[in-house]
Amino acid sequence: MVHIDFNKLRFLVVDDNLHMRRILRTLLHGFGARDVIEAEDGAAGLEAFSTGNPDIVFLDWEMPIFGGLELIQMIRQPGSNSNPFVPIIMLTGHTERTRVTKARDAGITEFLAKPISAKRLYQRVFSVVAHPRPFIKTATYFGPERRRTSNANYTGPERRRGGAADTIGQIGLIEKAKTVA
Amino acid sequence: MSQDRNDGPTVARYPDHEVIVPPNRLQKAVTVAKPVGYDPIARAEEALGNLAGEFTEWMDSECSKLDEARQLLKTAGFTEETRDALFRCAHDIKGEAATFGFPLVAPPADSLCRLIEHTPDMAQIPLELVDQHVDAIRAIVRENSRTDIEEVAWSLTRRLREVTDEFLRHENRDRPEILKIVMAPSLVPGGRPD
Repeated sequence: MVHIDFNKLRFLVVDDNLHMRRILRTLLHGFGARDVIEAEDGAAGLEAFSTGNPDIVFLDWEMPIFGGLELIQMIRQPGSNSNPFVPIIMLTGHTERTRVTKARDAGITEFLAKPISAKRLYQRVFSVVAHPRPFIKTATYFGPERRRTSNANYTGPERRRGGAADTIGQIGLIEKAKTVA
Repeated sequence: MSQDRNDGPTVARYPDHEVIVPPNRLQKAVTVAKPVGYDPIARAEEALGNLAGEFTEWMDSECSKLDEARQLLKTAGFTEETRDALFRCAHDIKGEAATFGFPLVAPPADSLCRLIEHTPDMAQIPLELVDQHVDAIRAIVRENSRTDIEEVAWSLTRRLREVTDEFLRHENRDRPEILKIVMAPSLVPGGRPD
């Protein structure tokens, strides 16, 4: 069984709501994290991302000045910052299917609908740490692989040229750890 | 296909896309041995429980912000700024209500969000309907300890939702694709079937 040592991770929480930041910080500290940076809007979040070099970013969608989606677009720019691959967990009150799709297409790693719970928050962090996904870069997208499963019954068009050969398998940390144990 | 390997990401190039495996920075946090007494979820829940004494005050504060946004809207009229401020307040309450112990507040806050978000011409939003939403949210928070609060809250919410749906159907009558999204079942936490 694999466990996460939260004390070895640096988190960035970007949310304009003070109460939500405090809840998130409290939960992360409860998990064992000590290094939690906070920012209260998209602009401050970009600054904190650039200077703080976090391992995992939590983002709210709705924020003044520029919101979570805009911040994702700035982070997911290959070559423009130190870590365009950083895992981004979007934490939002938006729960409509169209919103989830939009966030996914912007390049989020995980989506967590409010209200948050300790268990679901832990599961999202565990997922990004233990099951990292490869990134895909196309003319219109740069972000984590959006295909989480391969569907043998899929009959629609193949949107990526290269077919089955273009899938690079990546061994999850759980599997790696099992081979070590 | 071509592949690059160095200390950075592994990149496989295809005619119209690249598959990139970034270096795994998070591996440092994975441990196989279970630390003694390790139960991070229980510890986090306990930590959150220690904050619970402040939740009523926080909810009151969120309601005050919502009221201020409503007053600003009535004074200055519908502008992008006043609309966004009201939306963000309602949206925050929708997301926080259950965590703060006020799950019955999330559905009317969701209804207010829908009203603001899906009305194509914001000048058409009836201020009276905004008032009714804000007053309902505040009343449910204020009366949260009443024994019949669940029935009262659901009666209020159901009526607000009906009036809002009727209004949104009319305002989006020429936008069937939007109407389909607007009328999709809400996934808001705390929702209950009629």
